[in-house]
Amino acid sequence: MHELSIAASIVESVTESAAAYPGAHVKEVRLRVGALASVVEDSLKFCWELATEGSPLAGAALVIHMLPVILHCDACGADTEIAGVQSFRCPQCGELAADLRQGRELESESIELEEPDEIEEPVEEQV
Amino acid sequence: MTTRIVELRRGILKKNDELAAGLRSRFTTAGVLVLNLVSSPGTGKTAFLERTLRELRARGAQAAALVGDLETDNDARRLAASGAPVRQINTHGICHLDAEMITKHLEGWEGVSLAGLNYLFIENVGNLVCPSSYDLGERIRAALLSVTEGEDKPLKYPGLFNSADAAVITKIDIAEPCGFDRELALHNINEIRPGIRIFETSAKTGAGMDDWLAYLAEQAKPY
Repeated sequence: MHELSIAASIVESVTESAAAYPGAHVKEVRLRVGALASVVEDSLKFCWELATEGSPLAGAALVIHMLPVILHCDACGADTEIAGVQSFRCPQCGELAADLRQGRELESESIELEEPDEIEEPVEEQV
Repeated sequence: MTTRIVELRRGILKKNDELAAGLRSRFTTAGVLVLNLVSSPGTGKTAFLERTLRELRARGAQAAALVGDLETDNDARRLAASGAPVRQINTHGICHLDAEMITKHLEGWEGVSLAGLNYLFIENVGNLVCPSSYDLGERIRAALLSVTEGEDKPLKYPGLFNSADAAVITKIDIAEPCGFDRELALHNINEIRPGIRIFETSAKTGAGMDDWLAYLAEQAKPY
């Protein structure tokens, strides 16, 4: 159960990124999580509220985009998505393949910000 | 109010990854081979490491260990019996070691300099899930499983086994009474991590240790 640590790391990382947009409120955080990242979607969502409480991300929604494993097969050269993570065989030719092209991601993809409309400077009337 | 989407594409554990990269380059410069040992609680990591340390010292190699546990320094005391320098890391509830803990515990370690070591072992907290996300700067991640755990362990914890560089089966001296299906275990490990080096060992009888030590010597600088 390290999802709370992961959630705390997300808050830290995203808060840093969002600091470039002063005054903006983070509405949504979108993550890319590979099937081999050892992160359980439900546990992470469960920890999210607790981790964001009292932080600049309080109230932000968490959207998790799970990514399947993509294997590169040395035997036939194909890059193919595999179903599940129980056998690392190329679906095209059946050979075992150790070269992962996707599946370990644990990264923030994007954030949705809500920004206050710019206050227009009153234009002085020309005399 | 206006809304906008900002692309980030930033690793969540970037800080840990950066610290780990720093450690890796320190280890490389010092010429020390660093291994991260990961398994469930009760696999026999400590017994395996104790035997490894003793055998390495008997062969004239310099080896040290950092050992992670939630609480107690029991493992450090057990390992210290090998004569090797050992330092305990207590995580106080955290289920894995991270690069910051390693960095901190390398500081002020009396009598130990990285450049004077051939091997540094990091015994992770007993856990097959969480340690897989945290790079510690190691060159070799070894996943251990014992004959008492069931041959399908690699299938249950693919995240960890797929990220390992070596697999060590422990307690093979009791394989028979446990009804351990060796072929099935080897097959499962290979399905999850094709081509991985597998060692079948017993810390008690010493079986398989020569093979393991030869692998370590081959991976390390000459000593």
